[in-house]
Amino acid sequence: MRALESILTEKGLINPAALDVLIETYETRIGPRNGARVVARAWSDPAYLDRLRQDATAAIAELGFGGRQGEDMIVVENTPDTHNLVVCTLCSCYPWPVLGLPPVWYKSAPYRSKAVIDPRGVLADFGVSLPAATRIRVWDSTAELRYLVLPMRPAGTEGWSEDRLAGLVTRDSMIGTGLPLAPEKAPA
Amino acid sequence: MNGAQDLGGMMGFGPVVPEPEEPLFHAPWERRALAVTIAAAGLGEWNLDAMRHARETIPPPEYLTSSYYEIWLKGLERMLLARGLIGPDELAAGRSLREARETARPALTAGAMAAGLARGAGCMRPATCAARFAAGDRVRTLNINPTGHTRLPRYARGKTGTVERVHGVFVYPDSNAHFRGEDPRWCYGVVFDGRELWGADADPSLTVSVDCWEPYLEPAP
Repeated sequence: MRALESILTEKGLINPAALDVLIETYETRIGPRNGARVVARAWSDPAYLDRLRQDATAAIAELGFGGRQGEDMIVVENTPDTHNLVVCTLCSCYPWPVLGLPPVWYKSAPYRSKAVIDPRGVLADFGVSLPAATRIRVWDSTAELRYLVLPMRPAGTEGWSEDRLAGLVTRDSMIGTGLPLAPEKAPA
Repeated sequence: MNGAQDLGGMMGFGPVVPEPEEPLFHAPWERRALAVTIAAAGLGEWNLDAMRHARETIPPPEYLTSSYYEIWLKGLERMLLARGLIGPDELAAGRSLREARETARPALTAGAMAAGLARGAGCMRPATCAARFAAGDRVRTLNINPTGHTRLPRYARGKTGTVERVHGVFVYPDSNAHFRGEDPRWCYGVVFDGRELWGADADPSLTVSVDCWEPYLEPAP
């Protein structure tokens, strides 16, 4: 890696300052806390939820999130009957502006191979078990649409502020391999 | 192409292993691989579809035993060599041995990088013809096995499903990846029953939705 970077830098094909901007962006500013804010807003504000259903890209942009690998967003909602799970079997497509860079497991052969044929097995790998009657909807990100799962709001959170709700929203709950934290597990 | 990237439905890789408190990068070079890949794309010498194709041309034994940033790095090397921006002698020497040729665009500045990340590079294009399918239409995917790039995974070829959403017109990867132009086509969200994809033993509660460009589809018979 170092050799390739040196060659490209010596040739003037890459600019070290531009690399620093990119790394700083994904290490400090863009990550799953962005998505958690979208989810918490959707849980709190029915008008926002409607806008998210109508045009997720625009609704997410209202909170200041958008750009590379999130140009055309779709939000899929979990309900008591339906659980959604997002994968990219062909590479590693992932909604960067709301979730940041994907974890290693998301890009790995076990996840990409198994999610579309045995999603309940994948959920078991994450310690999640759903009723047999729950409909499992898997979304394979084969085009340039990027999917964000809207998990169900945990019971016992009536009257909670958006900030407090956002603390329950895990990254995995927005991919579909996890569920939001229970209220008693909320970060202090 | 039927390469190692097309993993959907394969078996034997073992469990998915989540990593608690996973770091964003597992080694400093991964950080550089990400940044250099995205920065070099700013030269305008290739597009994202072409880069995906470069990665999927890594031979399966090598692809499947490489980490994801190794795949990115190998794809980048292949692309830079193919575009004549570096030479094998330079990779061997670990340094530049000649001046770079002129590129489509100059190296991204810090400002241009920030603006590019914030703006993104959407692939939706204006429609120039009517969509052939509408939500609710029953469609069948073609059984195709192109030697070039495609985004129709093997597990979803020759299968019958239902159009759920008309996404709009998007750059067509099967053309764009080979520098044959964007050739934008209508793209649809198509939902398939698990049993249609995997047979009678499949989980009856499963559906899989695949985003399909119009050339992948025909009306269901």
